Amino acid sequence: MSKTTRFLSALGRGYVVLLLAFLYLPIFIMGLMSFNASPFYQLPMKWSTTWYEALSQDDRLVGAALNSLQIAIITTVIASILGTAASLAFFRYNFKGKKVLQTLLLPPIAIPWLITGTAMLVFFYGVGIGRGLHAILLGHVALALPYVIIVVNARLQTFAPELEEAARSLGASQWQITRRITLPYIAPGVIAGGLFAFAVSFDQFVVSYFLATPGQTTLPVEIYAAIRKGFTPEINAVSTIIIVISMALMLFTARFYKFGGNG
Amino acid sequence: MSGQSVSMGRRSPAKAAAPLLLPAYLWLIVAIFLPLSAMVFFSFASDMPFSGKPWSLTLSNYAEFFSSSVYATLLLSSFRLALEVTLWCVLLGFPAAYVLAKVFKGRTREAVFLLVILPFWSNGLVRIFSWAMVLRSGGILDTALNAVLPFKINIDLMYSYPAVIIGLVHSYVPYIVLTCYLSLQAIDDSIIEAARSLGASRLTILKRLIIPLALPGILAGSVLVFVPVIGSFMEPRILGGRTGTFYGTVIEDQFVAVFNWPLGAALSFILLAVVLIILAAASPIMRRAT
Repeated sequence: MSKTTRFLSALGRGYVVLLLAFLYLPIFIMGLMSFNASPFYQLPMKWSTTWYEALSQDDRLVGAALNSLQIAIITTVIASILGTAASLAFFRYNFKGKKVLQTLLLPPIAIPWLITGTAMLVFFYGVGIGRGLHAILLGHVALALPYVIIVVNARLQTFAPELEEAARSLGASQWQITRRITLPYIAPGVIAGGLFAFAVSFDQFVVSYFLATPGQTTLPVEIYAAIRKGFTPEINAVSTIIIVISMALMLFTARFYKFGGNG
Repeated sequence: MSGQSVSMGRRSPAKAAAPLLLPAYLWLIVAIFLPLSAMVFFSFASDMPFSGKPWSLTLSNYAEFFSSSVYATLLLSSFRLALEVTLWCVLLGFPAAYVLAKVFKGRTREAVFLLVILPFWSNGLVRIFSWAMVLRSGGILDTALNAVLPFKINIDLMYSYPAVIIGLVHSYVPYIVLTCYLSLQAIDDSIIEAARSLGASRLTILKRLIIPLALPGILAGSVLVFVPVIGSFMEPRILGGRTGTFYGTVIEDQFVAVFNWPLGAALSFILLAVVLIILAAASPIMRRAT
């Protein structure tokens, strides 16, 4: 390796470190400030868990957090089941219109949430579904479904259809084949898809924002309202908790997907 | 048993697939496709339908967009914002993707790659909020710079256009790193070696070889950044303050503050048209990239 090459490589590595700093520093500072006793973020820091204690007393934020968790869990279950079923159909059968159906998975991902969210508001209001937690759930499942289908499909690509054929020729019923052979094989994909669904729902702000009502909100909606009123250190604390949860979840998904991915 | 499997084989594939597909697609129809259609319908309404007030079908909401320059100007400024954010993301993200694909190896590469895409799966709102901590006057950036600099400066980027740019670039740069990394990784090192041994300079290799080959990845990433940014409203609200009025924030206002839903629906639909045109124009390139 020439001297210039080595110099340029070092420069490149240094640059990536800078970019990582840009990505993580604000989050790190927010976390740090959530432990600062001063409500005006004064330095030097005085360590304290005051804001976390205040947070646990804040019924609105705690209630919204529980709503978020509940909706994310139900979204995960529904989207995983419906999404896996749809993936199996795409894997097993060739039929007219398959391409069209697969293309229809893109709009929920590609159209800005502002448009999807306002459209849901207009429609749900018009047909009497209304707003509230049920409407938020309805929206979250729809946003999560394409991710589950795509992730499970990716796992199914590595599955040998001959396995299903062999089981069928040995007299296994369709349900037995699915339950004993196919599902165990694609389980890592289903779990990864489910974790994506959880993340999509738990971190979702825009769509929830348009479908929430004063009593029925999720955590990000409540945080947005609080920020616009003028932010308090409690918001720091709750934001830190959220970011730690979602990053831990994604790290877990990444490990799972990788180690589960090969079999 | 074998009779059953024969009959299964004879069943048309579409009929066999239907029960598996129906629940998921019914859900998507109710929660995505009917709402999008309803929004088109609403955008032609004179007042809110189903609210008891009299209403009729009209073009006035679209007329309002085209008659006053306010909305077109806002759409243009959102367009400019999205363009600037995309440009910054490419400038910052492409070199990182290159280092990731061609300099880092093995476990380090995996770890750094994970670190780059990790924030993008965490709460976007919270990450925008974290910049408020850094950028406001008396914030961390301010305090840190004043601690090291011999003279007193006052950094108050909060509630400004640059703050909105910084926050959005922070949110979306991982997309560019991801897509560029995928297309850069596909470039065979031996091609680069061959060009070098034929005497091409680094700059020539970059200009004539690497960038053209990575172009699908750059463009795909740009679309992934541009489309959500042109519809952004939360980021300009939090970081832009009064300077943060864009097309997205005006749509938000129609639905949560002014309660002129038909106008909001028309504005949303115009944005959707712009987005669809961009996606359609980019789809041949995107298909080549994946």
